[in-house]
Amino acid sequence: MTAKPLLAFEDVALSLGGQEILRGVSLAVKPGEVLGLLGRNGAGKTSLIRMATRQWTPRNGQIRLDGRPIDEVSRRELARCLATVPQDVHIPFPFRAGEVVLMGRIPHQRALGFETDEDLEIARSAMAEVGVSSLADRPIDELSGGERQLVLFARALAQRPACLLLDEPTAFLDLRHRMDVLEVVRRFAANGGAAIVVSHDFALASRVCDRIAVLADGRVIADGLPRDVLSREGVAAGFGVDVHVLEAPDGSPVVVPRFDR
Amino acid sequence: MKHLDRPRFYGILAGLALALLGVAMFSLAVGPTLLSPFQVSDALLNPETSGSTADIVRRIRLPRIALAGLVGACLSTSGVIFQALLRNPLADPYVLGVSGGAALGGILVLSLGASLGFGFGAVPIAAFAGCLITTFLLYLIAGRSQRVSATGLLLTGVVFNAFASAAIVFMASLAGMLESGRIFVWLIGNLSSARIDLWPWLLTFLVLGLGCAMPLARGLNALALGEETAEQLGVATERARRILVLATSLMVGAAVSVAGLVGFVGLIIPHLLRLLFGPDHRLLLPAAALGGAAFLILCDTIARTLLGGRELPVGAVTALLGGPLFLYLLRSDRGRMLGASSPSEVRGR
Repeated sequence: MTAKPLLAFEDVALSLGGQEILRGVSLAVKPGEVLGLLGRNGAGKTSLIRMATRQWTPRNGQIRLDGRPIDEVSRRELARCLATVPQDVHIPFPFRAGEVVLMGRIPHQRALGFETDEDLEIARSAMAEVGVSSLADRPIDELSGGERQLVLFARALAQRPACLLLDEPTAFLDLRHRMDVLEVVRRFAANGGAAIVVSHDFALASRVCDRIAVLADGRVIADGLPRDVLSREGVAAGFGVDVHVLEAPDGSPVVVPRFDR
Repeated sequence: MKHLDRPRFYGILAGLALALLGVAMFSLAVGPTLLSPFQVSDALLNPETSGSTADIVRRIRLPRIALAGLVGACLSTSGVIFQALLRNPLADPYVLGVSGGAALGGILVLSLGASLGFGFGAVPIAAFAGCLITTFLLYLIAGRSQRVSATGLLLTGVVFNAFASAAIVFMASLAGMLESGRIFVWLIGNLSSARIDLWPWLLTFLVLGLGCAMPLARGLNALALGEETAEQLGVATERARRILVLATSLMVGAAVSVAGLVGFVGLIIPHLLRLLFGPDHRLLLPAAALGGAAFLILCDTIARTLLGGRELPVGAVTALLGGPLFLYLLRSDRGRMLGASSPSEVRGR
């Protein structure tokens, strides 16, 4: 792949409350690519996403969207290019699932007014894509955690972003829905989108991602093809766990912890 | 897919406006002198009518209804805004202690004003300042911890209210207002001695408040998904918060300086409207203004007619209706609101 990176972190450092979280991370994702982000809890995976969406400002380094430093991009414009799927959120008011998905259109709308036919069409197709069309008129607080996660995912797709940032998108999902989400992410990339998937699920990451980066001690300690990164040595370095690495019939690595009984 | 569209928006608002008109007509007709709808409309529409009936309608009842409606609209709209900003359906200017702060500001000027050289005109300004300070303190205290829990917020409001009430009684007794009973105006909310000429101010602040809030209504919807997600949808949450805190402080300050501590309007009406029409703030904000107006006019009509010649404070009526509802909400939504504890919820600043 020779395309220009869509989202690039260049030597990014971050400190929070005097503690150094990231000390010089360089990572990039190109159109059509799915990048997996692995690392221990607290390794700074979510921090990277928060910096990309300008929630947090890096202490050092630069983040570029399509070549432009993101602090030169307006919040609204950023919202038209980047969409995130948060970890489970509590929604205090009884919005219907369809209304939540329509909120994905906010960065494309004027301050006052109603949804256009185009907005509705985009929201409908996003719900169909994720398989939650039947939930459209259900109040969001009556849905299960997994269903809510899928609705929030459809909301991110309704933003029509160039880049999707997924923070543990499948944490609350059963195997069937997990596969559905992965297929949507793959299709998104096949249509020219870029995606960063934060996950603790090695199996998922090795199947869906083109590349995997591992964060440890505030740095990227590995960045490459899943089969290269998810080696016995790689996992030991990133997670401090001794594992067997098996091979699935399709050649992708399957990581199983060594556990002596 | 159900969503807010033009016919639904205008249809519901037209319905509420009709209901408001109906309540106002009813309120114009009842009182110590019972009037027929014909007498009321004649006094309103025909400028040549004169006599006691016309005076009752035009000079006594109409201004009072206008005040009651505007106070109700201000409080109810502020309730919607507080609930959205704090992501908590139990938030309300009275429950959070913001009204209490406004009343304290007002009473300070009233009791000390003469010696400091302030006139009565300083009362709304002091009430506005009281609102701002209380809201600021609320954010400072509730926002200090990593997560603003609903319980913590409500407890803070309870403490603010207790403190404000005590300080109001203290200031009033210093100023010799305790004996006159005028103190009740501030402590429980009353329209019987309200200054009728203040209604243009109330209207100005209401229009200003709604004018600030309406363009941010979509952002308030997004805020339901969490502050972080709202920002990722391009909503400038910090800016919206500043504007809206100012707007609500203006509205609550104006309402309190006219009517004192009228409680629960900002809780009952938004809750009811959300049940009926859904939580979309584009509709909820103007609907709350109309609904709050109709509700307080109705409560005030009850307050001035229930006991025959004597008047009840309107705040007593709203509190008698609102208290039980608040407890019911607290109970029925316990698991959803007080127990909510997912890590991404309500990030502190």
